Amino acid sequence: MFDVHAMRRQFPILAREVHGRPLVYLDNAATTQKPRAVIDAERHYYEFQNANIHRGVHALSQEATDAFEGARDKVRNFLKAPQREEIIFTRGATEAINLVAHSWGRANLKSGDEILISEMEHHANIVPWQLLCEATGAVLKVIPIDERGALVPGAFESLLGPRTRLVGITQVSNALGTVNPVADIIRKSHAAGALVLVDGAQAVAHLPVDVKALDCDFYVFSGHKLYGPTGIGVLYGKREHLEKMPPYQGGGDMIAQVTFKKTTYNELPYKFEAGTPHIAGAVGLGAAIDFVQSVGLETIAAHEDALLVQATRLASGFEGLQVIGTAPGKASILSFVMKGVHPHDIGTILDSEGVAIRTGHHCAMPVMDHYHLPATARASFALYNTPDEVDALFRALRRVEELFLK
Amino acid sequence: MSDLRDLYQEVIFDHNRHPRNFGPFPEANRHADGFNPLCGDRLTLHLRVEGGVIREARFEGAGCAISTASASLMTEALKGKTEAEAAVLFEGFHHMVMGEPVTVDLGKLSVLAGVSEFPARVKCASLAWHTLNAALKNESNPVSTE
Repeated sequence: MFDVHAMRRQFPILAREVHGRPLVYLDNAATTQKPRAVIDAERHYYEFQNANIHRGVHALSQEATDAFEGARDKVRNFLKAPQREEIIFTRGATEAINLVAHSWGRANLKSGDEILISEMEHHANIVPWQLLCEATGAVLKVIPIDERGALVPGAFESLLGPRTRLVGITQVSNALGTVNPVADIIRKSHAAGALVLVDGAQAVAHLPVDVKALDCDFYVFSGHKLYGPTGIGVLYGKREHLEKMPPYQGGGDMIAQVTFKKTTYNELPYKFEAGTPHIAGAVGLGAAIDFVQSVGLETIAAHEDALLVQATRLASGFEGLQVIGTAPGKASILSFVMKGVHPHDIGTILDSEGVAIRTGHHCAMPVMDHYHLPATARASFALYNTPDEVDALFRALRRVEELFLK
Repeated sequence: MSDLRDLYQEVIFDHNRHPRNFGPFPEANRHADGFNPLCGDRLTLHLRVEGGVIREARFEGAGCAISTASASLMTEALKGKTEAEAAVLFEGFHHMVMGEPVTVDLGKLSVLAGVSEFPARVKCASLAWHTLNAALKNESNPVSTE
């Protein structure tokens, strides 16, 4: 039986107050809080193991290397990737997408080729492709969304064509909560000869991922949205692609041999990991994965779904409040607007009540344009949120109403 | 945190609900667009400047209560001011929202003083004023608070 109060005790920050009120942290889609196990893992690394990796012959270097490579194995297992060489550590999902766009994209795309993304993408899965299109003359095409915030049925199939080289799609929308049918998209893309990159930044903390079963070519996520540290993320790529791709950045660790005439590159995954990586971050991410797996993603999803159902019910009884993003089966994100009150004002008033939500465009300006909104307010739930906190959110929204509309 | 009422004073609610000098202004001879990418607030400022004096100021756009009220109050304050006087007000306003000592009389604009206690909202209050700066310089690129 999942005990949310026992769970909360594992997160030190949840005990603090904000403006004299208990913290109600509902900005989990931006970043999640960190359990003691993750904080301790980083601390332990710095207190006992800190050294540079893959170099020294001394004991600490070996221990640090083992800790870092152990984290890679945890990621491989977490994503069900066939080989550890297919797991590249990056600074986050954003850098992982940029790596693919830069390395795979510039080596493979030519003028007239097409990249297909969706209207609900985060800027991180838009701008790297725009830069690539500018550099190569490729064309960016966009799968539209409907009023629910789901992909328009049939639109993907009609945009997918013989010139489509890559499809970049988010598994879960950060602004709307929509869960996309990525398995179907991957199958159809492959049939059309296109590769698929799945942006898993919002997905990994909510649903189990199996990159082998999905058969995606690339999968990216960030550690900090998975209860892990900031500054560490992952690119999974099929080995056959990664082997052929040129390095993204040059530097230490990614080389085999350097002379001024010619440099040969290291093998996978190190070819894509130039410079000293965020070793402590990787160790912390490994601890975060252990933590999430010990709870179980099915348990987490069930808990969050119950909170979303409760929040959606309270929202539907709140006059003047409109939920943005109503796709069936969506993840635990409640984006909304309130008639007569700008989201930014909602955010400030909620903050004064200790309730932390996100307000703004959520790095998804095209989604805002779609709904003709400058911004939305967004509450996003995680495994440590409680039904009482959902009630606190709506109590605070009543306060907004009182201040602004009465 | 300071009381919310320090930020959301009645005057601010009033100007948010009923912004003054709001709408298009074809006779304007200076324009500028302001944008706060953080929250999506956008406003367009129209000025009629004659002989160095701001005869008329109007604005259009959509924003939060703080940015709308600030723009509304600003247009009221600007009318009849010389460009040099407007620059002095800009500086005084900037000091006020940053919580720094203010040496000029800001009149009604001082209802926005509470913003200094809410660092995340300083840009909301300043957007109209940065846009004014651009309009007086007649800059064609939209100004951004970022």
